[in-house]
Amino acid sequence: MMKHLISIDDLKKEDILKILDKAEEFEDVALGIRKCKILEGKILANLFFEPSTRTRISFETAMKRLGGEVVNVSAQEASSMAKGETLADTIRVVSNYCDAIVIRHYLEGAARFAAENSAVPVINAGDGAGQHPTQTLLDLYTIRKECRKLEGLSIALVGDLKYSRTIHSLIKALTLFKTKIYLVSPEILSLPEEFFEELNGDFQKAKLEEVIGEVDVLYVTRIQKERFLDEEEYKKVAGSYRITVETVERMRSDAIILHPLPRVDEIDVKVDKMRQARYFKQAFYGVPVRMAILSEVMQ
Amino acid sequence: MKERELVVSKIREGTVIDHIPAGKAILVLKILGIDERTKETVSMALNVPSKKMGTKDIVKVEGLFIKEEELNKIALIAPNATINLIRDYEIEKKFKVKLPEVVKGILKCPNRMCISNSKEPVVSIFYIKVEDNKVFAKCHYCGKRIKELADYLI
Repeated sequence: MMKHLISIDDLKKEDILKILDKAEEFEDVALGIRKCKILEGKILANLFFEPSTRTRISFETAMKRLGGEVVNVSAQEASSMAKGETLADTIRVVSNYCDAIVIRHYLEGAARFAAENSAVPVINAGDGAGQHPTQTLLDLYTIRKECRKLEGLSIALVGDLKYSRTIHSLIKALTLFKTKIYLVSPEILSLPEEFFEELNGDFQKAKLEEVIGEVDVLYVTRIQKERFLDEEEYKKVAGSYRITVETVERMRSDAIILHPLPRVDEIDVKVDKMRQARYFKQAFYGVPVRMAILSEVMQ
Repeated sequence: MKERELVVSKIREGTVIDHIPAGKAILVLKILGIDERTKETVSMALNVPSKKMGTKDIVKVEGLFIKEEELNKIALIAPNATINLIRDYEIEKKFKVKLPEVVKGILKCPNRMCISNSKEPVVSIFYIKVEDNKVFAKCHYCGKRIKELADYLI
């Protein structure tokens, strides 16, 4: 059966751990210390219907580090390509040119639909407010590396819990690792009710000041202006949370701060130099993790 | 003479759907794709007194044996419906509908950002589940849950 990576729901705990272990083996390749050409002769198509910098570049770097080639289709090209053509047809055409497709799309479920129409493996790089499983895998990898374990940690998810696909994917995975999850958000950006109904996790709504001294991981997200239909609604909650040096000083010294980036003003730049700040390291880990994913679906 | 026979006459051959919750008969026809283009005679009784249900609806489709797989779809809104397949005025087969595990092209996803609501050549797919004795449907594409299924029939 062809391997796709569409949702974190499609992975069992052992599948997740297998990818993380594989990423560990690729870390020196990602750093350019060791050469590895296992995907030589393979072509990856990056099909981005929504703008992306980090995810696209990190997939491209991962593929090139493994000896493969990349064809990039930008948001503008993708939309012009799709003019008068359905996504189904675009995928049928592109999947004849390459060995795997990475897709980002503004509609939820687009990656699953793409997989159903593709002759090659499809990797979801974000579908609207739906899922972002490769970000989750790199988040888990970062947590395991920086906290030296994955099981039994406590984490505060801060910011936009309603629209953030990063949060929606991550929260599902965290429940597999017996994580204590604190949900910190403005009321209108709360986690959708169905997550509570569906997931058997240890969740608790909390205020940042109540949990800041306790958590192992502070996971901060950007409040995404583009997900709001009403600008006034956005203005009400923009800047609700701002992590400053003073906030971080109240954290445990061995705790870590993560952010999927880009940040706007959720984390003060002065925090970047503090030992808890791991978000740039997290961004680097995207490369070995995506190398592991690419080798898993294409080999 | 039985109570329901006073309301809707016996049929010689075809399908009788009984124990439909009162007011849901029209939705049952919608799920089964029965409309003005259907050639067969369809009779409907609404708000029929029932010992078990208080009131119920009944649908009779003359001259048409609807497949069990199709009939099971009505369990989405009428989980206790019973089916009588009639041949020569006698009940040839009687059974209760069973909830299908998957339904295609019957429910519309409430999430307007779901790919199933786009211009793509896509048929909605929902997984049917029961939790705490309540039926709900989950979208195959975006994962959105529907609790009030009748509100989202296509």
